[in-house]
Amino acid sequence: MHITVPRKPRLVVVGNGMAGIRAVEELLKMAPDLYEISVFGAEPHPNYNRILLTPVLAGEMTLEETILNPLEWYAEHGIQLFTGNPVTRIDRVKRQVITADGKATPYDRLLLATGAAAAMAPVPGNHLPGVLSYRDMADVEALTKSSALGGQAVVIGGGLLGLEVAHGLRARGMGVTVIHRRAWPLDKQLDQRGGVLLQKAMEARGVRFLLGKETAEILGTTHVTGLRFSDGTEIPADVLVMTIGIKPRIELAQAAGLQCETGILVNDTLQTYDPRIYAVGECVQHRGQTYGLVAPLFEQAKVAANHLAEYGRMRYQGSVTSTKLKVTGIELFSAGNFTGGEDCEEVTLLDGSQGVYKKVILQENRVVGGLLYGDTSIGPWLFQLMRDGTDVSAFRDNIVFGETHLGDAGHSGENQAARLPDNAEICGCNGVAKGSIVKAIREQGLFTLDDVRKCTKASASCGSCTGLVEQLLSSTLGGFYDSTPKKKALCGCTELSHQEVRDAIVKEKLLSVRQVFAYLEWRHPAGCATCRPAVNYYVRTAWPMEGLDDPQSRFINERAHANIQKDGTYSVIPRIYGGVTSPAELKRIAEVAERHHVPMVKFTGGQRLDLLGVKKEDLPKIWAELDMPSGHAYGKALRTVKSCVGSEFCRFGVQDSTRLAIELEKNLERMWAPHKVKLAASGCPRNCAESTIKDVGIIGVDSGWEIYVGGNGGMKVRAADLLCKVKTHEEVLEMAKAFLQMYREDAQYLERTAPWVERIGLEKIKATIVDDANTRKTLAERMDFALSQEKDPWKEAVSGRLDIHAAPIRRIPA
Amino acid sequence: MEWMALGTLEEIPARGGRYVETPLGEIAVLRNENDEVFAVSNQCPHRGGPLSEGFVSGKLVFCPLHNWQIDLEKGEAVAPDSGCVKRFPIRMEGGQIWLGLQEITP
Ligand code: SRM
Ligand SMILES: Cc1cc2nc3c(=O)[nH]c(=O)nc-3n(C[C@H](O)[C@H](O)[C@H](O)COP(=O)(O)OP(=O)(O)OC[C@H]3O[C@@H](n4cnc5c(N)ncnc54)[C@H](O)[C@@H]3O)c2cc1C
Ligand code: SF4
Ligand code: FES
Repeated sequence: MHITVPRKPRLVVVGNGMAGIRAVEELLKMAPDLYEISVFGAEPHPNYNRILLTPVLAGEMTLEETILNPLEWYAEHGIQLFTGNPVTRIDRVKRQVITADGKATPYDRLLLATGAAAAMAPVPGNHLPGVLSYRDMADVEALTKSSALGGQAVVIGGGLLGLEVAHGLRARGMGVTVIHRRAWPLDKQLDQRGGVLLQKAMEARGVRFLLGKETAEILGTTHVTGLRFSDGTEIPADVLVMTIGIKPRIELAQAAGLQCETGILVNDTLQTYDPRIYAVGECVQHRGQTYGLVAPLFEQAKVAANHLAEYGRMRYQGSVTSTKLKVTGIELFSAGNFTGGEDCEEVTLLDGSQGVYKKVILQENRVVGGLLYGDTSIGPWLFQLMRDGTDVSAFRDNIVFGETHLGDAGHSGENQAARLPDNAEICGCNGVAKGSIVKAIREQGLFTLDDVRKCTKASASCGSCTGLVEQLLSSTLGGFYDSTPKKKALCGCTELSHQEVRDAIVKEKLLSVRQVFAYLEWRHPAGCATCRPAVNYYVRTAWPMEGLDDPQSRFINERAHANIQKDGTYSVIPRIYGGVTSPAELKRIAEVAERHHVPMVKFTGGQRLDLLGVKKEDLPKIWAELDMPSGHAYGKALRTVKSCVGSEFCRFGVQDSTRLAIELEKNLERMWAPHKVKLAASGCPRNCAESTIKDVGIIGVDSGWEIYVGGNGGMKVRAADLLCKVKTHEEVLEMAKAFLQMYREDAQYLERTAPWVERIGLEKIKATIVDDANTRKTLAERMDFALSQEKDPWKEAVSGRLDIHAAPIRRIPA
Repeated sequence: MEWMALGTLEEIPARGGRYVETPLGEIAVLRNENDEVFAVSNQCPHRGGPLSEGFVSGKLVFCPLHNWQIDLEKGEAVAPDSGCVKRFPIRMEGGQIWLGLQEITP
């Protein structure tokens, strides 16, 4: 008898790229032994992560680091790999593919994953040497080579790829100009506002833009030398990169008689017109749609694999996509319809000074699109709402703040990931849900980002969900997870972070804003409204005695020592220690108010008196007549210490909170800080002074005082944490000083104690100032020293030592 | 055109400004880090903020109320915001600053 070993069916994959190999991986998971697999790739490399071409170009990564499937992987799975050997013909009758080297390989099933090619503008000169595309490793190698000579690069097309390549070439030291037809870059992902913010940020990184320009001709005879626009103007170019779009690679399929339009047509099982042939990736057209992002392609790969494995269960029904830009330091997210239209509503937030712009488009109370620039932390959540079609009417007005604002937990959105449901998608590229990441961390004992990447693929592609994955690591592992904090530039004038600037000020003994800008090579010699006040504060805290205060680097309120109002007038809030005044003082205030026709006198939320609507010119006079210290109600400074009645009068009071409040205010007045600082002292746990929502709150108990820190009652309520219990007033004072000095030296400018405490952790604060008496004492002493250098600004102005430029420089009569 | 003497350069803080009261309304006089001086109406196109109290950097002034940026050479708010301020001519002579009391028309 003759026994034949049944032959395995043969699967041939054309295209050794991201979608094709993902399909093979999925197939191996479901049916590891079903096929004899051969893969043909035109490129000489094993499958690498195309998404990471820009980091390679920018010199931030190497080719090796982008390899997704090393040669061993193919060997381990018995896959025959032919690299550098493109398939040139498909013979559907004989069921074989023919490669460039003339060999024929038979198949039972064929998977086409040929991707796409860069589209080239049909203008004269587009084949000149020096005109490049941006699609694969060979392009990166060519670009790296040309950029080594320096010179001018011109990028045609201001889309995602165009901006990435511009960033990469800039990082290689070339002069870069991006040409774009529309009025702002990335117009498919951004509206004008966002586009302009992005353009500014890119320009700050040295990339130039020429917008609204149409290329007419590429100039040069043996090599590109420049280009001419339709309006007749020209610019020079040593290298030209074309990133105007992509074209699915369909030639092979077309020649084999498979139906194609823009892409190779497939049904919901990713089958082409020929049932033996499947296709996935950018070469595919499904329900009229082609895709150019990995997330939908990976969904296709999964479905195709399911059918190749003969499970026959899944259907691909198209994808909703979102995009992010991967230019270091620029955060951008956009999804769906972000321009709105009839019967759409918009919720927007624009903070030009911080470079944050958010816009959410709603239709019948569902999210249909969104755009986030500068702060993309709510992106995954928004995308989830959009895909789930969630009714958002309950929180629509707050939607741009993200869900952290819905309930009330956490301050800085730090733990956003922790509160997402298990099925929330974290990694959009690889479709990994939160549940699978947490499970993998727990069950497989993962500790690092790299572990998670290897095990779950989350964050392994474009990397923009890295922050969320890190949050999951830290919320799942607690204190075991140690991440190096991400660096964020202080503002558009520098690449340095707050901390780096601060360190330089201390290390190099930089004594003024000008010195800092000059030494650290600021992009704009006079900085901007974001960096000037911050740097001025850092100089003053680092060098309380020698540092030069720069009035022109203070916000108007801190320069005029009064709060500017909407109509350009000012308000005057004198210091009333602990909120305790006297009939004589009240009379004087009343008389001053009357004499100067002050439009409104008001009790403030902080237990002080406010004279509102004062002209700048009148400020020094009013200060002189009041003869009271400045209440600093205008400053990033000690504001008020609120008090309650306390043991002196109140039938429940167990401690003299009024006296303590006055002592605290006298000890801390004139203290500048990263942000405003508010204190309160209550005489018993009934807490009438609301100590638990203060930066430092004190509550009297029978045995002494409880000290609370990190509370906030403003935009985002946070209850303060108990720091410690002490017995005497002196101990309270020392502890409060030490805490606040630590805050002054460590927190970023404009960071209040609440987010600061959350960021560095209460434990660290306790260890530094509660457990360590020496550090506590030195910190308190440093505070005393700094305060001893500060004078009362109103007195200074009244005596003529401080000029607030109250009057106009001249009056020109009619 | 009528030119009025305003005072000396030193009277305007570098990277900041002062204002003048004129029959044409308040005019902000701003001085940048290179001692260039600009004059524009002292009213931000957003909600009328006093530009004389803003931060000046290069050709820009940052409005003290909500931080709009105004290009002092063009007299226009920097996108994404939009709006205009009137510009007035300035001449420096013998340490004196002179203000021309007639709006510059483009
Ligand atoms: C005068 C006063 C309202 C009143 O008439 O009662 C006031 C007025 C202003 N507050 Fe306030 N706040 C006043 C008590 C409060 C309180 C209550 C308190 O101090 O007990 C809070 C919540 C407590 C807290 O800070 O945690 C409060 C939370 C805020 C916030 C949000 C801060 C936050 O961290 O979320 C801002 C915005 C900011 O500082 O960036 C703000 C900002 C402002 C500014 C300075 C806005 C500005 O920059 O122009 C307002 C000036 C108005 C004006 O035209 O003069 N104000 N503000 C209160 C002065 C208290 C005082 O005696 O010093
Ligand atoms: C610079 C850059 C940045 C990107 N950034 C992102 C991002 O951040 N997020 C995102 O989602 N997407 C991004 N993309 C898009 C993403 O890389 C593609 O969508 C994805 O790689 C497409 O996968 P694919 O398998 O269809 O095609 P490819 O990955 O291009 O693979 C196709 C492969 O087939 C080969 N091939 C073609 N014809 C033949 C043939 N006849 N014989 C043999 N082999 C053949 C090609 O050489 C290629 O290697 C980026 C793309 C680029 C270029
Ligand atoms: S809540 Fe504070 S910031 Fe808001 S309007 Fe009242 S005073 Fe002004
Ligand atoms: S008034 Fe100038 S920015 Fe609002």
